[in-house]
Amino acid sequence: MSDKHLSTQFDAELSGISSRVLEMGGLVESQVAQALYALTQFSGDTASQVLQQEERVNRMEVEIDRDLSNIIARRQPTARDLRLLIAISKTIANLERVGDEAARIARTVQRLINTGVSSRLRLPVADLQFEAELAIAQLRKSLDAFARLDTSKALEVLKQDDQIDQEFDGLLRKLITYMMEDPRMISSSIDLVFVAKAIERVGDHAKNLAEAIIYIVKGTDVRHSSVQAVEDAVR
Amino acid sequence: MDRAVDLPTTEKVKISVRDLNFFYGSFHALKRIHLDIPERKVTAFIGPSGCGKSTLLRTFNRMFELYPEQRAEGAINIDGENILKTKMDVSLIRARIGMVFQKPTPFPMSIYDNIAFGVRLFETLPRVEMDERVEWALKKAALWNEVKDKLAQSGSGLSGGQQQRLCIARGIAIKPEVLLLDEPCSALDPISTGKIEELIHELKADYTVMIVTHNMQQAARCSDYTAYMYLGDLVEFGATTDVFMKPKKKDTEDYITGRFG
Repeated sequence: MSDKHLSTQFDAELSGISSRVLEMGGLVESQVAQALYALTQFSGDTASQVLQQEERVNRMEVEIDRDLSNIIARRQPTARDLRLLIAISKTIANLERVGDEAARIARTVQRLINTGVSSRLRLPVADLQFEAELAIAQLRKSLDAFARLDTSKALEVLKQDDQIDQEFDGLLRKLITYMMEDPRMISSSIDLVFVAKAIERVGDHAKNLAEAIIYIVKGTDVRHSSVQAVEDAVR
Repeated sequence: MDRAVDLPTTEKVKISVRDLNFFYGSFHALKRIHLDIPERKVTAFIGPSGCGKSTLLRTFNRMFELYPEQRAEGAINIDGENILKTKMDVSLIRARIGMVFQKPTPFPMSIYDNIAFGVRLFETLPRVEMDERVEWALKKAALWNEVKDKLAQSGSGLSGGQQQRLCIARGIAIKPEVLLLDEPCSALDPISTGKIEELIHELKADYTVMIVTHNMQQAARCSDYTAYMYLGDLVEFGATTDVFMKPKKKDTEDYITGRFG
């Protein structure tokens, strides 16, 4: 039996809104990557660009939300169509917050630059970069999984989230050591703790997106479930 | 008795359908239907035209017997008694199992007599009690306030929605146990439909209600359980929230999401 609706217009609306989610996802993914670049290169310009993009992301969230309401009002979707729209509603809120985290990192970079701390900073930026690359990879993978409604890929994202959490814990320990060794580093180290936390949150949002994909495809709400339970749901 | 697996054990079974086959002449319209209908709940039957949902509804009160070439095989047990085999008078079965049709069918008589007519077939009530019964039925059907000052007027003078509620009042006046509704709202405007749906919700406190509807949103709104039928087969039966949120069968999902082609 065909996967298409009797109403081709409805199909067009659903695929249209899904592509806009992916577009928004691509935007916040590049925002995070740019924020990371701004941090490692101490680039104030790049940090400003990240902040400028935030407005666009916010606007997209509002527009997609409006389209969602319209589709629900006009089509009274059921089953997997309804699950898709509910999941999109949550997903765009997560993506918008990813954008917020990128902006938070960008603002921290600006502050570090403004206080003149950058030039003599010998902070574990490389570790941050590693954590951030993990988070970006997770985000990209979950967006890929969304595009293909691929539950096994979504499951991979859920399984890998621990890695970012461990990386964050390691970084925290390292930064605490820095602060104990040299009290002059306290202020900027605290800034980096917040950056590390922001990156860790990006990973969490990617995880939420992955859970939403499983909900769309399988109809099972796997939030707050064990990995085993999720694997059972996906199987 | 064994239970159909799809009904939670917390529900009391009012009607159990076992191995029911139905034929229009040589045409096999219902195929081995196995189904439990829960007591005091609303069960909706959905499916494309010709899937057998109205046919199934009409077997519950042996309405099909009016046509000689139609026959049913198997069992429909109501409170344990197979009504297809019973020696009970068919009119007594129909008194226990009321039915309301797609088009309102008021009798060509006064509003009062529309209700009293059926009651008189089964009970001999003094005038005062009959008045009370008519008022009770009209109130139950949410029609009393609109007709209480014109009970002597003809039932056919009412609007379509009012006529349909009159038919429901007539159906419940004889105090049946089960109420069968065959597309009760398809000829009604949204306000009348809303009133009937509200009524269905209230009726389930006392009756086991079964409704056939082409309007999927209506099934979603007013039923507790939903059965999806296709080409004479019962494809899926389950709690309405499950059927509309996460149906077990892909065929059901394709139908309710409008992918049926």
